[in-house]
Amino acid sequence: MARKEYSFYPGCSSRKGASASNYRVSVETMCEELDVQLNDIPDWNCCGASIGYAAGGELPRLALSARNMALSEQAHPDQDIVATCAACWLSTRGTRDRLLEDGDLMQETNQALAAAGLKVEAKQKVRHMVEVLIEDFGYEDLGNRVKKPLNGVRIAGYVGCQTNRPFGIDGESFENPVYLDKLVETLGAESVPRYEKKVQCCGGALAFSEPEKSQALIKEILEAAYDHDAHMIVTPCPVCQMNVEIYQGHINQQYGTKFQMPVVYYSTLISVAYGRSAKASGLNGQVVRAKQLERIADQ
Amino acid sequence: MTMSEAAARSYRGNFLKEVEANVEEGDWVKMCMQCGVCSGSCPLGPYWDYPPHEIFMMIRANKRDEVLGSSSMWMCTSCYNCVVRCPRGLPITHIMHGLAHYADRLDIAPADQPTRKFAKMFWKNLTRTGRVNELRLGLALYFMNGMGEGLKTSIKMKDVGLGMVKTKRMNPVEMMGGRGCEDAEGLRAILDKAREIELAKAEKFQA
Ligand code: SF4
Ligand code: SF4
Repeated sequence: MARKEYSFYPGCSSRKGASASNYRVSVETMCEELDVQLNDIPDWNCCGASIGYAAGGELPRLALSARNMALSEQAHPDQDIVATCAACWLSTRGTRDRLLEDGDLMQETNQALAAAGLKVEAKQKVRHMVEVLIEDFGYEDLGNRVKKPLNGVRIAGYVGCQTNRPFGIDGESFENPVYLDKLVETLGAESVPRYEKKVQCCGGALAFSEPEKSQALIKEILEAAYDHDAHMIVTPCPVCQMNVEIYQGHINQQYGTKFQMPVVYYSTLISVAYGRSAKASGLNGQVVRAKQLERIADQ
Repeated sequence: MTMSEAAARSYRGNFLKEVEANVEEGDWVKMCMQCGVCSGSCPLGPYWDYPPHEIFMMIRANKRDEVLGSSSMWMCTSCYNCVVRCPRGLPITHIMHGLAHYADRLDIAPADQPTRKFAKMFWKNLTRTGRVNELRLGLALYFMNGMGEGLKTSIKMKDVGLGMVKTKRMNPVEMMGGRGCEDAEGLRAILDKAREIELAKAEKFQA
């Protein structure tokens, strides 16, 4: 099969030395295995995430994503834009929809972009990496490539908010999406289809500004995974990953719990199942180590 | 006359009209049928002074200072639960962001609201180089309540930080600058222009 190419929007958190740098490592490994080429959007900027709104008005925030789309149209006009971060995907896709449905906004946005000599048409589709996996490859194809099935690992699929709402993946329900469960099974691991906190909010950016309130939400997400005897949690979102993983120490202090639950990306699971090393799968980026996956990778 | 008084006066006490003209997706507010589904969906619901459906009712009841001065909208985590459930299809998340932004612009929003402070830091951080420098943002965040509390928070966050540095997910060298956009200047020109267009439009509505 011919190599697939996409116009890639990496986003701030996936840069080297940033909080989701391990996501990037595993995505690159996964794409090598799938013969996918990711072409970075040249000079991309931050999407504003879901917290830019206080100081950034509506049009400035749309302009952020519009600049990325404009640069992508110039550099890779025939490719879909693909993001790995939920917030990047949501901001960019949301901007595209708004610009296409509202001619005035499109015109105003282009007026703003002209200040840097740019122009946007918003023609390219904006997709999450998970959509590429499901729609351009499919579970069967993904499963056929497995070299080391993740036997005996029980994994709760935590979908979270922004890869799920408001757009959704593969037409699945917002309240009970199952694509992570299907992916987990495809890789030979055991899913937790009745994981009731699979779409609960982790607090998002408010984990920084309202830590106690957010950690109460995170505690429920972890607790439910333990209730189902999950060995680890898998997620498609860098904010979910970070929030659910790195505050476990604080939560243990606050609530007297003994949480020690690895939280990994789907791309980490896929890289390990495709036979790649722990390092190439981003496993050395785990603050809570995923030892079962390390063992499989080291076999 | 302050900017806020001027804004209030030009709408002759009609807060709904003011919201429709100045707040992102504000023209949807009148569509709310008060079923309360949004409020029941909010992850931080118990901490809202006025949950979303009440905010919409208060806008129609002209409770301008109560709405814009409340910390409610700042409790929105952008989870989009409400948006996918609202039977009337209101873009509630965007309206909350829009109300928060408008309250900030008029400086009626509570000064010590932590999410307001964080969100403003985030924007400042991002417009500096075009990309977010997580370490700078983190430090600014921990010190946003002054030196004493900042140090306490830093110590509390030490283990989290160490974990991130050890796994190479935080890089102390980033403090020196980090890689931003090459054309950060062009980006700022775009953002300035966008803001200019937006404010000019709001003014036209008021006139
Ligand atoms: S769910 Fe929609 S219609 Fe119901 S109260 Fe909320 S905004 Fe109004
Ligand atoms: S998006 Fe905001 S307003 Fe809507 S349910 Fe989530 S937190 Fe509440």
